[in-house]
Amino acid sequence: MPLIKNGQQVADPWLALGDEETLPEDVPVIVSLERWQQEKDVLQTRGMELGLRLRSDQSPQQVAEDLQFFSLIALEFPKFTDGRAYSYARLLRERHGFSGELRAVGNVLRDQLLFMQRCGFDAFELPENAPVEAWLRALEDFSVWYQPVTDNRAPVSSLRRRLRVAAQ
Amino acid sequence: MYRYDEFDEALVRERVAQFSDQVQRRLNGELNEDEFKPLRLMNGLYLQLHAYMFRIAIPYGTLSSVQLRKLAHVARTYDKGYGHITTRQNMQFNWPRLEDAPAILSDLADAQLHAIQTSGNCIRNTTADQYAGVAADEIADPRHYCEIIRQWSTLHPEFSFLPRKFKIAVTGAEEDRAALRTHDIGLRMRRDADGNPGFEVMVGGGLGRTPVVGVTIREFLPEEHLLSYLESTLRVYNQLGRRDNIHKARIKILVQSVGRDAFARMVEEEWAQLRDGYLTLPQEELDTIARYFAPPPYETLEDSPPELELWQSTSPGFAAWMNENVAAHKQAGYAIVNISLKPEGGVPGDITAEQMDVVADLAERYSFSEIRATHEQNLVLPYVRKLDLMAVWQGLQQAGLATANIGLISDMICCPGLDYCNLANTRSIPVAQEISERFADLSKQRDIGPLKIKMSGCINACGHHHVGHIGILGVDKKGQEYYQITLGGSAENETTLGNIVGPAFSAAEIGDAMETIVDTYLTIREEGESFLETYRRVGQQPFKETLYAAH
Repeated sequence: MPLIKNGQQVADPWLALGDEETLPEDVPVIVSLERWQQEKDVLQTRGMELGLRLRSDQSPQQVAEDLQFFSLIALEFPKFTDGRAYSYARLLRERHGFSGELRAVGNVLRDQLLFMQRCGFDAFELPENAPVEAWLRALEDFSVWYQPVTDNRAPVSSLRRRLRVAAQ
Repeated sequence: MYRYDEFDEALVRERVAQFSDQVQRRLNGELNEDEFKPLRLMNGLYLQLHAYMFRIAIPYGTLSSVQLRKLAHVARTYDKGYGHITTRQNMQFNWPRLEDAPAILSDLADAQLHAIQTSGNCIRNTTADQYAGVAADEIADPRHYCEIIRQWSTLHPEFSFLPRKFKIAVTGAEEDRAALRTHDIGLRMRRDADGNPGFEVMVGGGLGRTPVVGVTIREFLPEEHLLSYLESTLRVYNQLGRRDNIHKARIKILVQSVGRDAFARMVEEEWAQLRDGYLTLPQEELDTIARYFAPPPYETLEDSPPELELWQSTSPGFAAWMNENVAAHKQAGYAIVNISLKPEGGVPGDITAEQMDVVADLAERYSFSEIRATHEQNLVLPYVRKLDLMAVWQGLQQAGLATANIGLISDMICCPGLDYCNLANTRSIPVAQEISERFADLSKQRDIGPLKIKMSGCINACGHHHVGHIGILGVDKKGQEYYQITLGGSAENETTLGNIVGPAFSAAEIGDAMETIVDTYLTIREEGESFLETYRRVGQQPFKETLYAAH
């Protein structure tokens, strides 16, 4: 699956590990919450970076104390209409200070990429055969925003303030 | 009223470009209908029974003459020459072609209009008291807060895929003309002991198949915290609202299941984190937006010009219109003019392109170029000099817009029903037309007094039947159209859900049933008692007896 990270297509070094699959020796893996809870000791002491995958009914609140163990958190969109992960992403970034990779996985659509990015996602798993160039262009659909959110784009209110100050 | 600056303008233009690209991808087959559906639904484009339907946002119901003329242009150029005012103060066009959608949006953008978030599971167009800023009973003008909510909610990245749609209504007045407690969030302006403005926050109201009256979760929210509190509420809902069953996904179900106090606690806990953060509204920003809503340059006028009395005594038609359609204004010598879109035998809320032009012209000449749309599917001229009322009345009359029935039995709310809608079980428009014709006699309507009939063609309740003094719900019984009657509902200050009176009536019987209800009321009412007051005094029994006596 094509992966976009920080605005460009990159190779994916991570292995999404199924709950029944054997832990490989030398690859960083992304595990489910259940597997993390059962195999914490092994996974922590493996000497490899660790990723966590959360379903949309698993709030990151459940792992708030464990965040230091993860270099990557994958938030799942089971259907594009399930928007819980937008809130989870913001909470991870803004409240819990998570600074690792925040990856959108599942039913990720081109026309939602920008919303995801604004909420703090920096990586996106695209469907097989997605035209990556067109998807990247969708990140440029808008140049102005009303809300201050997780990204660093200045909202309209602060642009207006700058104009007022400049006019004085 | 609000005018776009360069940033608002850029955003709407970019949205037009984005949507045009999405339509193009649909037309060239890159997207199939399933993939296109969520995209068009984020922009007010529905696929109905016979055609697409395009819903254009009228933010908090406020329009300029230029904007109304642009809507007339769209009706004339791309549709069948008319539009329809909805219960959320928007305008719908029933016959646009998909290919024309980009051109329609581009034309609308020329007049600072758009269709952003008029559908989809997102924060919809914020609605407001249609008398905002001019009502004699106003505590504070709510319009700049509505505009602040509009901007904050537009393309909000966190809240564009909520469990279900989300509707916010605002009023600054004592009398609730915005049906606050039937909204996901209702905001009523208050002032604290020091006179500072803020809001009572109500949450979890809604109609549909599970009607619920909203509950207050905060008695007073200082104005600067408006957005952080809304964001907290939406964040709780976005995470915890049900997503397994579309019929249980509205915030009302969440509030009901956890209980008001627990829900309020969750919001307050989230708010404890967000308050005093970057969503706090600086006074300077509030003031900047509020300046757009400064009062127009009113003249100093005497409140009761002698001409008015003369016109009323010499023209009974004018006097009747003055009585029913003209409301008290906060400024001496001015009046609020309601324009009824419920002519005898007409389709409630429909307005032709020519009529839109007439209203736009009258507003330009007599109402500082401003028009309001109401959730009861009428229009309002908010700033008319009393000295101009005769000229306005004559202008409206020539265009068939002077029916003197505001608040009377023929001023019905009615959904489009099976004539247009692919959710409907029954037609509603022909029933509304029949009722309108049966009660056409205006002197009889005046005798009956204030009576709100609200009708929906299916349980989704777009016609607000649960809160009609008389509610009519269309139901399908083995392929036949039947109409179930509820009595005693109200969306006003003491919001009440109506009670089903008994078995439904057929399409052939419903007109007689309405007459029976009204006749029963006229027989048992006490001096000066409205229909709703009588119902609240006597309950269902007398109506049940007369309605089902012959059955």
